[in-house]
Amino acid sequence: MSTHVFKPDLPPPTLSVGVVGWLRANLFSNWFNTLLTALALYLIWVTVPPLIQWAFLDATWSGSTRSDCAPGGACWVFIQNRFAQFMYGFYPQGLRWRVDLTVILAVAGAAPLFVKAMPRKLVYGLAYLLVYPWLAFWLLHGGPGLEVVPTSQWGGLMLTLVIAVVGIAGAMPLGVLLALGRRSDMPAIRVICVTFIEFWRGVPLITVLFMSSVMLPLFLPEQITIDKLLRALIAVILFEAAYIAEVVRGGLQAIPKGQYEAAGALGLGYWRMMGLVILPQALKLVIPGIVNTFIALFKDTSLVIIIGLFDLFNSIHQATVDPAWLGFAIEGYVFAALVYWIFCFGMSRYSMRLERRLHTGHKR
Amino acid sequence: MKTVKTTLASVAALAALGLSVPASAGTTLDAVVKKGYVQCGVSDGLPGFSYTDQKGTFLGIDVDVCRAVAAAVFGDAAKVRFTPLTAKERFTALQSGEVDILSRNTTWTSTRDAGLGLSFTGVTYYDGQGFLVSTKLGVKSAKELDGAAVCIQAGTTTELNLSDYFRSNNLKYTPITYDRSDETVKALEAGRCDVLTSDQSQLYAQRIKLANPDGYIVLPEVISKEPLGPVVRRGDDEWFAIVRWALFAQINAEELGVTSANVEQLAKSSTNPDVRRLLGAEGEYGKDLRLPKDWAVKIVKQVGNYGEMFERNVGQGSELKIERGLNALWNKGGLQYAPPVR
Repeated sequence: MSTHVFKPDLPPPTLSVGVVGWLRANLFSNWFNTLLTALALYLIWVTVPPLIQWAFLDATWSGSTRSDCAPGGACWVFIQNRFAQFMYGFYPQGLRWRVDLTVILAVAGAAPLFVKAMPRKLVYGLAYLLVYPWLAFWLLHGGPGLEVVPTSQWGGLMLTLVIAVVGIAGAMPLGVLLALGRRSDMPAIRVICVTFIEFWRGVPLITVLFMSSVMLPLFLPEQITIDKLLRALIAVILFEAAYIAEVVRGGLQAIPKGQYEAAGALGLGYWRMMGLVILPQALKLVIPGIVNTFIALFKDTSLVIIIGLFDLFNSIHQATVDPAWLGFAIEGYVFAALVYWIFCFGMSRYSMRLERRLHTGHKR
Repeated sequence: MKTVKTTLASVAALAALGLSVPASAGTTLDAVVKKGYVQCGVSDGLPGFSYTDQKGTFLGIDVDVCRAVAAAVFGDAAKVRFTPLTAKERFTALQSGEVDILSRNTTWTSTRDAGLGLSFTGVTYYDGQGFLVSTKLGVKSAKELDGAAVCIQAGTTTELNLSDYFRSNNLKYTPITYDRSDETVKALEAGRCDVLTSDQSQLYAQRIKLANPDGYIVLPEVISKEPLGPVVRRGDDEWFAIVRWALFAQINAEELGVTSANVEQLAKSSTNPDVRRLLGAEGEYGKDLRLPKDWAVKIVKQVGNYGEMFERNVGQGSELKIERGLNALWNKGGLQYAPPVR
């Protein structure tokens, strides 16, 4: 008796597996996709090699003056030469450790909050929020025991971060309050909040900054001057708070009515209901929207160029008009783009992590 | 909620710190002496006029104008703080008292002099709109530019001057407008336009940005008058006179051959009565200005005479290499002229 022996399986047709198969399925499945693929390849071919050639192969990496720069390629010497200024602006050279220390303290102070097993996290977090702003202000601006560095000397990435961080830290609580106010049962509060939000959402940030810097001084008596940076900070906070308010309101509306009623049935008052039941759920829902607003805010800080503050972007612009380095604007702007991208990409990755960690099964 | 309150509290505290009210609002000079420095409004970046070097020091002609005033008032050219201003906020900053002097490549016009409550104290730089062309075009004069494509940086006066000039000379042209000066340069280089127009002082800066600067020339024609000078608030004649005479002292110094190198020695040993009066060796001319006797010595020693200031920032000592032209002294074919000290 003979047993039937199956022949070994034939390998799948070479055209439908592996690289070739993937290519056929994804890039050349029909004439239209083939056309798009060819077009995309062509675009990559005409843009990427010259870019690499310019940015890396023909680029000059070391030297000290513009005469060291090879024609045709990027001259990163310019960036190297001005790097400190892009980071610190006109902050006095001998005092820059204070800026470094502020950043280190911010990171070191916030680090325990990211440790899962940390006990009394809430108390620590609140203490941090109470102490750190004053410490940072004392370190950056000076005061008792430290030489005062006027804000007109702040600049570069440091100033960008100050505006962004203060803007975020100020706009977030104010925005949440506005969102709650807009949904309040009390007509006066509701009207005030709606007016505030619609006013600030209705004007462009550039106008707000411009008003703060050009119009405000005209209304104030001569000789009274409010610090320019402070004016910009307040403008940014109020403006962004209106946006945050609308994002948060979206989250509040997504919470089913039963949650409110359940919280009420437990005997919670308004603030405890909001603080313990509604807001934790609502804020978690709108993380993407909030981070979106913050990323936009971070990039919008570059608008302070119109009121003559030297943030990262304006510092770079300023460096490009130095006669010793005329003609290297492209390198400067590429560098600016890179720095902004690193920060915004970081924020977006962190928000995704946060969403995953706080995910408690509400997603459908 | 604690965090909200903290944030609000810190914002309020910051506001309190940011508000600064001088004890008494007297004349500008008194206020300046009291606070210990001159607050100077400069440009937010213009090659040769105001820019910062690697260390963050402000440099340029507009900057030196303020340093000269500080040297006259305090005997120390470093006692000055700079506020970079954009074109739109510059007059408000001066009117509201944010700055004591506005030295920001501002063109002296009747509207600005008479209509804004401001006073121009003098002309630090005689500028005018000019043309930059490729030598390949073979053009020697702007009159030969019939039918040319002209790159302009957006900004109404430049465009209006251009249209006036071509219309009055019966020439045709195609304007191509860009937003930033870097774009106009790239457009000229790529051959998108035949000629680039801007203020002459800036054309030299534009030229440096070209890959082959020697292939381009600045045409001799100047089609507009752009006298640039420092501005002060109207109504404070004392301060006005100080700012005006700080510049006059520099121009007089150049005319009399006084330089930063020889000023101290001349102040002691010169026998020329004009030099002796300027440098305070004779008479009490500083007193009328409420300045120390040796005010002009300090200016020339620390900032230089007008010629030194010009050459260092925009002339042969700089990358721009602009000729003196209209900015030469009156006795050397230019327009720079200062009344005598006596």
